[in-house]
Amino acid sequence: MTTIVEPVPRGAFTRRVGRHVGDWIPALVVFGLGLASWQWLFPWLGVERFLLPRFSDVLDAFWTQRDSLWSAGWFTFKEALGGFALGCGGAIALAVAFGRFRRVGAALMPLAIAANAIPILAFAPITNAWFGLLSPWSKIVIAAVLCFFPVFVNTLRGLTSVQPESIELMRSYAASEVDVFTRVRVPTSLPFVFTALKVASVLAMIGAVVGDFFGGSTEALGIQIESSVQLSRYEEAWAAILVASILGIVFYAAIAAAERRALSWHPSTRGASE
Amino acid sequence: MNADAVVSIQGVTKTFAKANVTALENISVDLLPGEFVSLIGPSGCGKSTLLRVIGDLIEPTTGTVTVNRKSAHEARLARDYGIVFQDSVLFDWRTVAKNIALPLELLGWDRRRRAERVKEMTALVELSGFESHHPWQLSGGMQQRVSIARALAIEPALLLMDEPFGALDEMTRERLNLELLRIWHQLGSTVVFVTHSISEAVFLSTRVVVMSPRPGRIRGIVDVDLPQPRTVQTHENPRFFELVTAVRELLRGIESAEEDGTLESELLAAEEAT
Amino acid sequence: MADAAVAGPLDGSSLRSSPALVALRRASSIALALAALWGLWEAYRWTWIRLDLTWPFVVDETTMPHIDDIVGSLFEPSRTNGPLLIHVLLDSALFTAKEAAVGFAMGASIGFALGVLLAHSRLLQRGVLPYIVASQTIPILAIAPMVVVGLGSKGVTDWVSVSVISAYLSFFPVTINTVRGLQSADPRALELMRSYAAGPWRVLWKLRVPSSLPFVFSALRVAATASVVGAIVGELPSSIPDGLGGAILNFNQYYTLDPENLWATNLIAALLGISFFVAVLVVERLVVRRAPEHVA
Repeated sequence: MTTIVEPVPRGAFTRRVGRHVGDWIPALVVFGLGLASWQWLFPWLGVERFLLPRFSDVLDAFWTQRDSLWSAGWFTFKEALGGFALGCGGAIALAVAFGRFRRVGAALMPLAIAANAIPILAFAPITNAWFGLLSPWSKIVIAAVLCFFPVFVNTLRGLTSVQPESIELMRSYAASEVDVFTRVRVPTSLPFVFTALKVASVLAMIGAVVGDFFGGSTEALGIQIESSVQLSRYEEAWAAILVASILGIVFYAAIAAAERRALSWHPSTRGASE
Repeated sequence: MNADAVVSIQGVTKTFAKANVTALENISVDLLPGEFVSLIGPSGCGKSTLLRVIGDLIEPTTGTVTVNRKSAHEARLARDYGIVFQDSVLFDWRTVAKNIALPLELLGWDRRRRAERVKEMTALVELSGFESHHPWQLSGGMQQRVSIARALAIEPALLLMDEPFGALDEMTRERLNLELLRIWHQLGSTVVFVTHSISEAVFLSTRVVVMSPRPGRIRGIVDVDLPQPRTVQTHENPRFFELVTAVRELLRGIESAEEDGTLESELLAAEEAT
Repeated sequence: MADAAVAGPLDGSSLRSSPALVALRRASSIALALAALWGLWEAYRWTWIRLDLTWPFVVDETTMPHIDDIVGSLFEPSRTNGPLLIHVLLDSALFTAKEAAVGFAMGASIGFALGVLLAHSRLLQRGVLPYIVASQTIPILAIAPMVVVGLGSKGVTDWVSVSVISAYLSFFPVTINTVRGLQSADPRALELMRSYAAGPWRVLWKLRVPSSLPFVFSALRVAATASVVGAIVGELPSSIPDGLGGAILNFNQYYTLDPENLWATNLIAALLGISFFVAVLVVERLVVRRAPEHVA
């Protein structure tokens, strides 16, 4: 549910983390502290089992349920991936199309931005009615719509943020429209697109899991979380939540890694603030 | 109209209807091969517009422009000129070498030819060894040199320059002035140079075209008969001062001709200040 | 490059018309787009029914009600002898809005404070930021019941717990952008402050915070949206009947009988989200006194 338009300044978190292993140490320390608190501090403070079971208990549940957890995770991940591909693909295609027709694109922008403010998740019961409770398509569509608007807005911004002199330069070379597109507009918009893709990766996973609330296949992760809670098996619920979270992080990290490869030229000191 | 002219401008007028501005009015001038012509004048005199009309980046409302014995449009399609802007307009995602190679790629040159020409060009602008650098790793002056190398990569007959050194400090400017003259002598191209600086215009050019604004007209043309090649000593030549004064008088004349004094003589003030 | 400015975009679009005219033009283009969407909806519907198409889904009264039916249902009672649907939904919307507004306020302030803290310590950033980012991958819906019950046992009313969930979704963009914004101050301006021997607090409030405003407002727009989503999502598993989440669950049960009610609920929820977003835009325009940074 986040739409951050400007590409992240590369000097901040991402580049450093990739380059210097030593920079990981503070994060690892915090991780260790967090785990320790989970295992010992919270129970000692009287945090009840149904709120947050001991970490070791959750790990146990994780281990015993690992097969069903991973198949559920994979099932839901496929829904998220499908929604991501559909939503981002559609958004990029549409943004490219509207990039050519400036007026229409400019008129659509406020609408797309407003549409992004709509709680899409409220729409899940309707997609269930469309595709049936058990069909993965109902969740895929939710994930796709969640991904669509941030990617559309950002891609369009990126495509139209090209310096006018760059276009004049290309015209002075009598370059074709295709050349201008591939050699100028695409590279210029890549940072914007990747920022949105990272946001979309998290949204897709959330959409897929949360979409299960209104009903879904028992193979899905969200349903497993639900049923574990209802059976008061909180350790299993938390194990499933962890799986969902880990998958979201992995998806995000994968996109971030792709971004580092594609944007290897992006200077570490430069952000793209307006 | 001089049949030998590289650029022939006849009765060119350019009005921007929506803004109700006459940027150029009845401009006629011929530029001979091998000349170095500066366009100078206060803001709004149309010098950058005229440059772009020559480059077929803006269409004149009336009048004809002939470049290299073709229409301006055909000349652009035939890639008869190279253009350098005040902002270097280098592509961040390309190395110096690939930036210079851009027009060559558009022309479909093969890899080997491109590499050879890039090597020649970097040597010409004295940036050998920086081929693998990215634009942000270079100083402003170096970036402009890359921009000039790119403009000259296809060895055009005509070089159009829109205040290329405007954003640089005085010392870099003077150095680049000398380099530009060296390159000009070496290649024998014709140069049209837009500038705000009287001394720069006189130092570099064989002729200085002084323009007045609202509407943009040619106020006068000063023949610069200083000896070639120009050097640092040229600045101390008494004739240099005479010519600078002549240009300055022409510009002052514009100011006194404007009754209500709304004309900004920024460049005169700038000259005064330095 | 004033000459180039003459040469460039002056042929056309940049003639400054009065702000009223601009607003009128914008409103009419939005109205036009909405009308076009309505037309598309009905056309799609008509075609699919006429051609009896089943992909991607079957089209009929239930899956795609007429838009005018949806709007019309607002002005009918949702159950026999009950109040008009629009009254029911507006009440629910207000309830959810209350949760979202409190959540937004909490999330934005905590997010901002956290951002200020992190901006001053690279070490903290490296240690804590990864987890702040990771926190958003945890499916909120799953945690919501635990938060509500947990806080409830401490005597916190239901809707405040939902506000906490709403705050959870709102704080993240504000934190990230506050850090970026505070670090975006012009180094020369920083040097100027140092030349005045200004202490770190002064520098913060007189320089860094003002220069971070565009970033912060950009994040507040996102947070406003997220707060509404958080409120609705928080209500769902908590069995709170008063808000839009409750309305969705309720009308979902009777969807096959009265599909328009659920669609109308979605419409109201959408308007709520958009109005929060617009509210931040308005505040931004007042505070920053220039056009908001390119919106999103």
